[in-house]
Parts: sequence; structure tokens; C-alpha cells
Amino acid sequence: MLSRVADSIYWLGRYIERAENYARFIDVNFNLMLDLPPGLKEQWQPLIAATGDLDAYKNRFETFDRKQTIFFLAFDLENPNSMFSSITKARENARTVREKITKESWEKLNEVYLFVQEGVSRKVWEQEDPREFITNVKYKVQLLYGIADNSVARTEGWYFMRLGQFLERADKTSRILDVKYHILLPSPKEVGTTLDILQWMALLKSVSGFNIYRQIYGNIESSKIVEFLVLNKFFPRSIYFCLIEAEDCLLKISESPTRGYRNNAEKHLGALCAHLEYSDVNDVINLGLHEFLDDIQLKLIHISNAIHNNFFKIGSSLSNQEQVQ
Amino acid sequence: MINLTNSYSANGLYDEMLSEKKECRSHYSTFNKMLESISSEKLLEYQQATDRAQVSMGMTFNVYHENKGIEKILPLDIIPRIISGKEWSIVEEGLKQRIHALNLFIHDIYNKQKILKDKVVPEDLLYSSGNFLKPLVGLTPPKSIWCHISGSDLIRDEKGDFYVLEDNLRVPSGVSYLLENREILKRVFPNTFNNLHVRPVSDYPNKLLRMLQHLSGKENPVVGLLSPGIYNSAYFEHSYLALLMGIELIVGQDLVVNNDKVYMKTTKGLHQVDVIYRRVDDTFLDPLAFNPKSMLGAKGLFDAYKKGNLALANAPGTGVADDKAIYAYVPRIIKYYLDEEPIISNVKTYICAEKSDRDYVLENIEDLVVKETNAAGGYGMMIGPKSTKEEHAKFRELVKKNPRTYIAQPTLSLSTVPTLVGNEIEPRHVDLRPFILYGEDIEVLPGALTRVALKKGSLVVNSSQGGGSKDTWVLND
Repeated sequence: MLSRVADSIYWLGRYIERAENYARFIDVNFNLMLDLPPGLKEQWQPLIAATGDLDAYKNRFETFDRKQTIFFLAFDLENPNSMFSSITKARENARTVREKITKESWEKLNEVYLFVQEGVSRKVWEQEDPREFITNVKYKVQLLYGIADNSVARTEGWYFMRLGQFLERADKTSRILDVKYHILLPSPKEVGTTLDILQWMALLKSVSGFNIYRQIYGNIESSKIVEFLVLNKFFPRSIYFCLIEAEDCLLKISESPTRGYRNNAEKHLGALCAHLEYSDVNDVINLGLHEFLDDIQLKLIHISNAIHNNFFKIGSSLSNQEQVQ
Repeated sequence: MINLTNSYSANGLYDEMLSEKKECRSHYSTFNKMLESISSEKLLEYQQATDRAQVSMGMTFNVYHENKGIEKILPLDIIPRIISGKEWSIVEEGLKQRIHALNLFIHDIYNKQKILKDKVVPEDLLYSSGNFLKPLVGLTPPKSIWCHISGSDLIRDEKGDFYVLEDNLRVPSGVSYLLENREILKRVFPNTFNNLHVRPVSDYPNKLLRMLQHLSGKENPVVGLLSPGIYNSAYFEHSYLALLMGIELIVGQDLVVNNDKVYMKTTKGLHQVDVIYRRVDDTFLDPLAFNPKSMLGAKGLFDAYKKGNLALANAPGTGVADDKAIYAYVPRIIKYYLDEEPIISNVKTYICAEKSDRDYVLENIEDLVVKETNAAGGYGMMIGPKSTKEEHAKFRELVKKNPRTYIAQPTLSLSTVPTLVGNEIEPRHVDLRPFILYGEDIEVLPGALTRVALKKGSLVVNSSQGGGSKDTWVLND
């Protein structure tokens, strides 16, 4: 597969996943705010902080009111990570590799792009409750996964897209969890109270994990939720699960048997998988949840860079592919 | 329930469906019966469904000269244009003859130059053409074929006779619209389509791929389509054809040349490419051989081509026969190489570089269409009868200052075909772009892109200037 094409497909996977997760971000925060006790101000700043774009936001806006933040997160093309930016970039990437994408996939991606574009012209963020629109975007993105699942051949392209998708999802799950860290409770005494529990529940719902969590763990407890979203081996949005899937994609791409590594991408990703495989939730909490998540996000960036150097940046001589032993 | 004989009037021009006496021509009669059985609301509904399908399919082309939004839809008018088998055989034979002669001409020009020595085509006209590429002199491309893919522009005059308006021998576009239009129309009028036994076009990608493979000596050659990238106006077509042929769509940055061989950069290292269907202009193919500023090709690609390690379609240098000034000589070119009379005529063309023609143009500029010889897409032209006195004066100066750059032709009364305008059917002017492949044989695809000037009375059919398209149904008889 052409390096440029693989590059575009990888980012197509990442941007689609990012768009879906931004839809989830907005949904979770909206639900959280609905559960606030009377008299407490809505908190949208923590969400912006969790996305990593707080500075960019502050440079342009003074306040953190709901409409402003929803605009920034969902519809703002000046925010390079917003839902609309992500869908636009996904479509641009798809356009450059259109001959590699099925007609249905392309048409549905094009439709979700047109849908959000139309949402911008209707100024959806001004609405009292934009959740229906946001949820629709989420479903439209999920339709893309469904179409791909049933129509894309399991060859290199498929694995590059899944690789992008799972690395992105691992990053975003870590950020969704981080929202809880950033959201302030009225006082430290409120840990474990109804408000605290409601917030954890909203968070689980945003990753479509509430029912599964209940079935596996029962009671709402912060440490168990952290274990569920970081270390669980079976839940498709847990960080560990995503990384194992991503690792599998890399192995399929290099057509190599398991164990060991053949390039820096496999090396870094394998190391992170092993790190999580041999951690338990106490290790996470002892280090500090926020610090632990920060470290994962940093490592994900290294992995993505290694993928870029190994597969996408091919020089002009016949044998300069990165060799690592 | 739609009856054309009352409301529809072509105002004395040649209409392809109704004769002067408003009788339906026989090859349109089946379609006419269908129209009589359908309501105009239903027709409008089909049109709207088609418009939506085009938007969600992202069937777009890019426009260079507009600030807002670079992607545009080429509107498809759902009323097909129907051409009888008898009419088509003229087009087919005429184009085969023309392409055959033009290919011989290009080969001669870059090799023995017999036609120049015999003074059939003036030497200085050729050398002053920006399309004559010196690096090609002395070269014989694989199988001696230069113009593998052409998309000639034809028109019909007030008698319904066909004329060639332009030979597009470089990188003609539009075939993707032809193929997609057909897919859409098959869904809109399945029964009529079936009853008429319209000749199929959907095997074009197979034919194209076979032709490209034929250019290489290898058994299973690697074929790629080289595109300037997503900002090119025809990018949709590039990716569409690559998809249908199952070949790689490549851009300049994907290529690297080592030891006069061309390679693609892949996730598993470098892979050699044997044949490139290039949709990049000649001079952008290789910054070492041609335009040093080009980022669209690959350094050393031309050397690989000269060494025979790479086949290119179309061959670089074909533009020399696709020059608006050379065009005037095509009838003589056909006569010279084939000793035949042209089956399809040329439009009368005045060459401003020649004094007697130039004087005629300067005197009659109000009645003529003046064209820049190197421009395309409807740019750089002036339609005398539709222009102001100031524009006439401006073009007179331009012609005087740089006569080599201009030709002029009489204003043509393009034929009309029925077109849906709102919920009425009205006549609109059209041209015809068939596609010709030159591989083992010369083959004309039995279909064409019909471009239609959607504005009432307009003669400009270019997509960049408010034109639309139609599916073209070629019948067996």
C-alpha cells in the first residue's frame, strides 16, 4: 500500500473516532450539568481542559458559557480538534484516498459532513438542548463503522484505519476519565455522595458502559470505574482493550507472528500494553489518576510518531526503512 | 402527459428530437411515448432525486476562479440525448480516421518531419507553438502510440451535420461523468432504457486498463494513475477511474526514480511502476526535463520514459496536434497521411498568424468567435455577436499584438436537445464529447459526455461556466 494512502487511512480512522468522541464529550457534560443541585453553576471549563485545548480556548473567549463551549467543541473550524474539524479532515483524508474506500462509506461520510455543515448554518449550539443533533452525529459515525465492518477487506488498509481508530479511542477514553478529575465537587466532603455518584454514572453512560459496568462490578465506586475504563480486558472502550487491538493491527500490518518487535512502533506500543497488563488499579491510584492518564497520553503521541516514521515517511533509497533491533 | 409539440420550439435551429415541422424524429419516438405517459411533477421529482444523489455521492469538480467553496456539482439533466446508430457510425468512423491521422502526424513531427518538408503544415507555426516539446525529438513511444486517450469535442450545425470543434489529445476529462450519468439514468428510466437497447458504456474502465497494460512489455505490469491531487478540478474523475480499474492513484510525492526506473513509496518499501496513466500536464511531469518548478511529477521520470522503463499515456508531446492553430490543418493532415477525405469536417477556422485570415478577422470580429490557441475551458475567448464594442476593440488589439496566439471561427448555431428547465421542457444547446482509446485498435466508446448550456440561448457549455451534462444514449440502429 502506498505510504501516503496508509497515512491518510490512519488519520481517517483517527478523525472519525475523534468526531464521535467529541460528540460523547458534549453529551456527558450536558448530562452532568442536568444533575447539578440547584444553585451550582454549570461547569464547562473542565471539559475544555480535558480536551487539551484550554489555552486555545482562553485566547479567543473570555467566559465558559454553555453555548460558547459547545460551539468551540462541536462546530468551530478554528478549533482543529472540534467535531466539525475532525469530520472535515476525515472527509479530506477520505477524498485523497477515495479509490480505496467503498462507495457506501464515502457517501455516508459525505452525508455526515453535509449534516454538520447544515447544523453550523442553523446555529445548533444556540439551541436550548442540542443533544439530539449531537447524538445524530454519533449515530451517523457509528453507521460508518458498521458499513466498514461488513464491506472492507481485511488487508493493510483496514488495519491502518483500525490502528488509528483504537489509538484515538484510547486517548479519548483517558480524557473522558480526566473530565471527572477536572470537575470540581462543591467540597472535598462530597466524595462518595449522590452528586459524586451521579457524575460517575454520567461518565459511564457517555462511553456506553453503564450497563456493562453494573453487570461486572455492581456498585458505583471510583476505583472500580477507573479499573473498568483503564484496565478492563473486555470492554471495547477501555484503554487496555484499545491498545491490545491496536497492537494486533500493527502485527497484522507487518505480517509477523506475535511477541517481540520489528520496529519502533511495535516496540513502544508493546511496552505500553505490557505496562497496563501488569498494573492494577492501586498502581494507578497511587501514582495519581491524572498523572497516570497524562503519561498514557504522552506515550500515545510517541507511538503515533513512531508509526509515522516507520510506515508513512518513506525516503527515496531502496532500503532505508527504519530498522530497530 | 407531456406533449412537446405545443410548447416546445427550437426557433429554427436544428433540434435533435423534433424536426422543423415539429415531428418527432424516429429514434426519439420511444422516449417521446414515455414522456407522454408521465406527469411533469413526476419528472421534476426524478430530477430532484438525481440532484440529491449527486450531492451525497460527492460528484464534484473544483473551480479555480471562485473564492467560496472549491467543490461544485456538475448538474445532470435527466432527459437523455439520443443518437441513432446511423448518426453514430459517422461519428465513430470519423473519429477513428482522425485519431489515426493525428497519431501519425505527431510521430512524424517528432521524427522525420516529412509533413514539414513537404510544406503541408508551415514549419514556423509548429515551432512557435508552446506545445512542441524539444525533449521528445527522435523518440518512439511504446507501440508507436502517442494519443492513447482522446476526448474530441463535436458539435452539430443547423443541418444536423457533425463537426469537430477541438481534438483533446492531452488529458481530456469527463469520462467519469459519462459513466456516472449512465448509472443514474438507468435508475431513472429503466424501462425506456431497456426497450431502446442503448449501447453499453460501463466496460470503459476494463478497456482503459487493458489498453494501459498493452503498453508494457511485462506480463503483469504495475499500472498507476498520476493525479495532481485533490485540488485539481478533475480529482473526482482521477480517483473514480483508479477505483474502477483497481489501480493505485498516485501523486508526485509517491514517486521516486532510481537508476531510470520509477518506484512508488509503499508501507513495505519501494515498488516499481511500469505504466502511468498521467493526468498531469506534459511540462509538469518531470522538473528535470521540463518545468523546473513542478511539484506534481517526479525528478528523473522522463529519463525512465526515454529508456523504455516506463510507459506514459498519453505520451508527452501530443499537445502539438491539439493546438488550435494546428487544428485548421487537420483536414490536410488526414489527406496527407491517409489519402482520404475527412469523414467529419472541421469548423472553418481563420488563422490569425496568416495575413489574409487576420485581415478578415479584424474586419469581421463582430460575427466571429475568437479563441486563444493555448487556453481551454471556455477561458480566453470572445463570442463576437454576444460581446460589446469595447470587447471587440480589445480583442482586435490582442490579435494585432500577438496574432500567433489567436484563431477565429464563425459563430455556430449549435444543435439543441430537450432539457428540463424548472418543470418545463425547453431546447438547450449542446456539444458532444466522445472518448477514443488507441491501444491494439482504435475504439470509440459508444456513448459520450453531452455538455449542455443550461442558460437560455447560451452557447457556452463548459462546466466552469454554468454548463450541465446529459447522458448520451447511442442506439444500435
